[in-house]
Amino acid sequence: MKQQTGMTLIVKTITRLTVWLIILYGFYIILHGHLTPGGGFGGGVILALAFLNVLLAYGREFTGKWLKIPFLEKLESFSIILFLLVGISGILAGKLFLANFISKGHKYHLLSAGTIPVFNIIIGIKVAMSLFLVIWILSGLKLEEGEET
Amino acid sequence: MPIETWLTFVLGFMIIGSIVALEIKDILSSIISIGVVGLGVSVAFLFLQAPDLAIVQFLFEIFAIIILVKVFIKKDYHQEEPSKINKILVGVTVITLVAIFIFSISVFENIPPFGKPLMETSKYYLENGARDTGATNLVSAIILDYRAYDTLGEVTVLFTAILGALTVLRISTRKNKNKE
Amino acid sequence: MIIYLLCFILFLVGIYGVITKRDLVKIILSIAIMGYSANLFLILFAYKKSALYPILDPILEKSVEISMVDPLPQALVLTSIVIELGTTALLVSLAARLFQKYRTFDITKIRRLLG
Repeated sequence: MKQQTGMTLIVKTITRLTVWLIILYGFYIILHGHLTPGGGFGGGVILALAFLNVLLAYGREFTGKWLKIPFLEKLESFSIILFLLVGISGILAGKLFLANFISKGHKYHLLSAGTIPVFNIIIGIKVAMSLFLVIWILSGLKLEEGEET
Repeated sequence: MPIETWLTFVLGFMIIGSIVALEIKDILSSIISIGVVGLGVSVAFLFLQAPDLAIVQFLFEIFAIIILVKVFIKKDYHQEEPSKINKILVGVTVITLVAIFIFSISVFENIPPFGKPLMETSKYYLENGARDTGATNLVSAIILDYRAYDTLGEVTVLFTAILGALTVLRISTRKNKNKE
Repeated sequence: MIIYLLCFILFLVGIYGVITKRDLVKIILSIAIMGYSANLFLILFAYKKSALYPILDPILEKSVEISMVDPLPQALVLTSIVIELGTTALLVSLAARLFQKYRTFDITKIRRLLG
């Protein structure tokens, strides 16, 4: 008996090859937020769409085993605390709250501009986890009797 | 062609698309029309030299359409014909909105004309932004260094909204699990 | 000035949808239309004729002095777009919960039935 959850075999094969490229592209947009357009918000949505691609192609059971959902929830809450900690360490360094206290490097280099790449990474992780969790809960909802996802 | 012609064309297209999205009876067609309106906004952002915003608007639009399609498809519900009170309400609303539009034409003549902004605060940001922060993307420098407090508020609002959505939906899935 | 008036017409179409429609789906779509029109209006303010996007470039910096568009409304609208998505997600989840309880999306019926 052939069990068919998710989509056909062609979609599953292509997803297995390209989902890593989409995750790499999302990290590229997040890390270069201070040099090219994009930043934390656009990169976070790209990461959430990569996970959504796996959820649509493989079904809900397989994705629940591949990504550990309680870990994603803890990661989302942890990133907000990290945002506030970076802000408070601006006060400890002698300046105001959320100040730019790391040294600014040379222009046009990747490791420059102080706390801006740090904030971009925190915001990117937070947006990606939030949006993916909303889709995860919505896909397990049974609105009428006997209806599945 | 100058940019105003392109923008007028895109805006006219969006108005027709939004009227179609509200009046059509099929659910899938109206959600696709809203997707067209959102894409038109993204193209208009590209014409107005804002590539940051075009990326973000396009991706968030795709996400909103996926959420809408996931919830509102395959639900059969009956359409009733509008009663008499609804027809009176539609007529009064249309007349009021047309009157508001005609009276507000004179207000729009006091705004600075299209293409010549005032730019009093932004002169400081354009000249000293790269030197103060070290970043070359000036929009990122503004939202994460000069106005980082607004970004903290926005992250809080997004967190609270998603938390509310998860709480409302979790009660329903737990109740379904208890019934089985 | 015609562009500003067209943007205002889009906003009025959204208000018309919120007031007169009886379907929850159409009300949520009208709120989205109002959000798009408000964001577009702010960016229309910030356009400068024959200017470029506000990102510095190593090649263009050495050439003649160029002018850039206003970067401040772009930063504010970025915040607004993200918050609109959170609001839409919350509205859709509330609509799903209402459908589970009342079996209909009509707002006049939801007032009369008691859970």
